[in-house]
Amino acid sequence: MIVEAHTVRFDSISLDNGATLAPVEVAYESYGELNARKSNAILVLHAFSGDAHAAGISHETGKPGWWDNMIGPGKAFDTNKYFVFCSNVLGGCRGTTGPASIDPATGSPYGMSFPVITLGDMVRLQKMLTDHLGIEKLLSVSGGSMGGMQALEWAVSHPDRVVSAIPIATTTRHSAQQIAFNEVGRQAIMSDPDWNEGNYYNGKPPGRGLAVARMVGHITYMSDDSMREKFGRRLREKENFSFGFDVDFEVESYLRYRGSQFVNRFDANSYLFITKAMDYFDLTNGHRSLTAALEPASARFLVISFSSDWLYPSYQSQEIVRALRSRNCDVAYVELQANYGHDSFLVDVGEQTNLVRGFLASTYEKLT
Amino acid sequence: MTAQTPKDSPFVRELLGRSDYAIIGEIVEPKTKVLDLGCGEGELLAWLAANKGVDGRGVEISGAKVSRAISRGVSVYQCDIDEGLADYPDQAFDYVILSQTLQETRHPREVLREMVRVGRRGIVAFPNFGHWRVRGSMLFSGRAPRTSLFPYAWYESPNIHFLTVQDFEELAALEGLHVERRYFLAGHRKIVAMPNLLAEVAVFLVTGK
Repeated sequence: MIVEAHTVRFDSISLDNGATLAPVEVAYESYGELNARKSNAILVLHAFSGDAHAAGISHETGKPGWWDNMIGPGKAFDTNKYFVFCSNVLGGCRGTTGPASIDPATGSPYGMSFPVITLGDMVRLQKMLTDHLGIEKLLSVSGGSMGGMQALEWAVSHPDRVVSAIPIATTTRHSAQQIAFNEVGRQAIMSDPDWNEGNYYNGKPPGRGLAVARMVGHITYMSDDSMREKFGRRLREKENFSFGFDVDFEVESYLRYRGSQFVNRFDANSYLFITKAMDYFDLTNGHRSLTAALEPASARFLVISFSSDWLYPSYQSQEIVRALRSRNCDVAYVELQANYGHDSFLVDVGEQTNLVRGFLASTYEKLT
Repeated sequence: MTAQTPKDSPFVRELLGRSDYAIIGEIVEPKTKVLDLGCGEGELLAWLAANKGVDGRGVEISGAKVSRAISRGVSVYQCDIDEGLADYPDQAFDYVILSQTLQETRHPREVLREMVRVGRRGIVAFPNFGHWRVRGSMLFSGRAPRTSLFPYAWYESPNIHFLTVQDFEELAALEGLHVERRYFLAGHRKIVAMPNLLAEVAVFLVTGK
């Protein structure tokens, strides 16, 4: 399945911090056909470093989408049955307006003058796209990690537009530990001299800082088990230690490789803005309790967490579910046994496939 | 104690391979809201949804069973029944079902209280530890009884609180539960007399104070 990205341009978007961004563009891909009643649309929401290319083979890069194992004909999000679409988030660097985009007021990239955005702003732009596509009600909104936070935001801020939500490996608000890891990543970028207060678009980007940020990120996405299994203490193409600071261990080689790859596809300023938006996200903001915050939500929920995910531990998913249950909402929850840590929702999708397929089928059935 | 069994057929046809399910399927009114505690793979809830238009939810501790239940479209929450009911608001359900589960809970008395707080009615089905075959097994073998109802060796049994029909009647009275209906089963037959001795499985329909 070869897929192409589309871009929609809107005159402006008003943001949570009071600013207006004008114009704003959003890049998206879609898979499957929208039915005549437009009742089979599913919005898939990407995680921190993802993009609109969720499934199929990209016409542009020749690469499979980030959730290609979940989206496609006969897969969990079955494109024979459903119309699935995914957009790059506001503040991103993969086709949607972000800090690397040109500010029409100056003719140069926004850089650090880009407005500080929130997950609420991201969802607002997704809603504009959904309106643009003429979709009144989404059969489901689903995503893992930051994608799951957006799914929760959708369910609360647009309850009349969402039939069901599938937040996976996620939380209603970042913990101190999650904020801490994000801050390490931001500091790595900002302490790279090439960052230059965000003005690097005409020169060398802060590749070293961004690569270190990504290396830390990757550690948090894995688990002790999965790292032991994947790397152990194996040495990289050598029999003995080098007694130096070049790569000795496989794990070092892997992290360096991942770091350097990331620099080619991600903008350092987007890293700053998007991680900040995640840290600011708190569904309980302005409410007495999480239960009160979830008051407007009327969707059917499937919440999934993973046993080895220490970055978004199961207790955070259980908080969501308990709050929903205390409002007597229709919610299913399971902690899947998986060894891949936070990455499980991307790589260990066997059981997750059955859950999502069954949940969507019964939700769709109730609708028709 | 008088058993109030319906005068109609003394035979119960199995539902999903179980006669207590058949009774529960008979009791539950259409279009109601049902919570099944210890729902396993959600087969009863799926049947009630398909055949009675019931809006069903389940609670189950086994992750593998929860997965299979969700995969068949049933909304099940993975948690321990002993802890998992506190979140629900009062009278959130028309029926709360405890089918072959009460004897596996750590705090059966609290579970019963929670059941009638969360549900307008409770349906409790359990294997009768007072059945003559259980008594006989214990008496003649001198070991923890093993019968078709209690097939496990003592060290493998999920059952941690054994109760008889009479035990349940007494606890229900102690808790001030009103027993609306009682059903006693031996195989596919409804038992009328001496249920504490003759019933293999008992099903009680109760309401709170």
